[in-house]
Amino acid sequence: MSRTALLVLADGRFPAGGHAHSGGAEAAVKAGRITGAGSLEEFCRGRLHTAGLVAASLAAAAALGLDPVELDRAADARTPSPALRNASRRLGRQLMRAARAAWPSGELDALAGEFPKGAHQPVVLGLTARAAGLGPEDAAHCCAYESVSGPAGATVRLLSLDPFDATRVLARLAPEADLVVRQAVDAAHRAAEEGIDALPAASAPLLEIDAQAHAAWAVRLFAS
Amino acid sequence: MHLDHTHSHDGPPAVSADAHRPDGRRRALRIGLGGPVGSGKTATVAALCRALRDELSLAVVTNDIYTREDAEFLLREAVLPPERITAVETGACPHTAIRDDISANLEAVEDLEDAVGPLDLILVESGGDNLTATFSKGLVDAQIFVIDVAGGDDIPRKGGPGVTTADLLVVNKTDLAPYVGSDLGRMAADAKAQRAELPVVLQSLRAEDGVGEVAAWVRGRFAAWTA
Ligand SMILES: Nc1nc2c(ncn2[C@@H]2O[C@H](COP(=O)(O)OP(=O)(O)OP(=O)(O)O)[C@@H](O)[C@H]2O)c(=O)[nH]1
Ligand SMILES: [Mg+2]
Repeated sequence: MSRTALLVLADGRFPAGGHAHSGGAEAAVKAGRITGAGSLEEFCRGRLHTAGLVAASLAAAAALGLDPVELDRAADARTPSPALRNASRRLGRQLMRAARAAWPSGELDALAGEFPKGAHQPVVLGLTARAAGLGPEDAAHCCAYESVSGPAGATVRLLSLDPFDATRVLARLAPEADLVVRQAVDAAHRAAEEGIDALPAASAPLLEIDAQAHAAWAVRLFAS
Repeated sequence: MHLDHTHSHDGPPAVSADAHRPDGRRRALRIGLGGPVGSGKTATVAALCRALRDELSLAVVTNDIYTREDAEFLLREAVLPPERITAVETGACPHTAIRDDISANLEAVEDLEDAVGPLDLILVESGGDNLTATFSKGLVDAQIFVIDVAGGDDIPRKGGPGVTTADLLVVNKTDLAPYVGSDLGRMAADAKAQRAELPVVLQSLRAEDGVGEVAAWVRGRFAAWTA
């Protein structure tokens, strides 16, 4: 694998639309659940072990070569909130555009043809990793990290949180993210043996409920 | 790099800037409007729609910073049918969405072409931003930078990428100049000095056919696009 390709894909400046999404942080800030670095860390930890683990597992499975259409259905089943399903597909479509420009591949073309309005982002990410010559572990790393870096970046803007505090939160969560990656890769291998139902289905009900409410706000900074 | 490797690395245009749609049809000409908060971007978009909608098939993408006010204003004014107006959310960072990561805007223009196309022209309004905000060439074919006389008559002198490099600079609200003590002659001269041959229009949208010169410039771009 090319470690540099991984950096390109994981770079916050990779133009795949993520900057307009807060990963639930905007709703949590408004509800008073994120008020500073400490509560941001708790929020991120919760997201990492739920949405982050599920996304990382789906991405690892896609990178491993499991059927992306089936994985996309599995993502739907694991995302109760229509607003979050919608956000995930939009981000998947946006990632697809950047991925095809960066690492053209027949598999990406086929998935884009199958889902012109977007497949779920983790599935696209897994196939992107394949196209870039990366493996399941790399794909899982991208998803696990994204599940915490998104809310952290958004909170810097929403609360004018000190960016050094936000970065320290991410650094402190790094070992836990590595554990989640290991679980995700194990799950992907299990799914290859036993079928896709072996993928985890952890969920964070507040993230789902808040996302529904957030989608109906008249005034907001972030798309989700 | 090898010496014999001198051919251009510009290569084919970016996927997103390709002048043709996947079905082979020519896509719409895309013109961006940027500039500081409140300078008159939405008012210019509305006036352009009224001036051009009978001769061109039009659509608009707005990039509001945290509301849907621009899109709602255009809807309220009924300058175009609602299905021709789309709002994009920008995560507190309007210049990111028009320059560094244009994916949501590209999606919006493509969806408009799919839904109400074929289109001749799509106007993309940026959220109000600072003097350095410019549109990516992957998103628009030409850009208009809108400033106004009330923001201070030294803005053309200060320059910055918007003022200096936009394909058209519009100095708006000239009707207010006497009230805010702005020297229009100086603004025009400073703009000329910053922009050399690039065009500048001074306009007041309060005047009869105030958008006329800008509309004529857009017609010229469209003629060149379809030539
Ligand atoms: N007097 C005068 N007012 C104008 C003119 N053009 C626009 N305005 C007014 O200026 C205000 C701001 O205009 P908008 O078109 O909303 O400005 P904008 O650049 O779209 O603003 P943002 O999208 O918030 O950055 C509105 O109240 C307009 O009616 C003009 O030529 N003369
Ligand atoms: Mg506006």
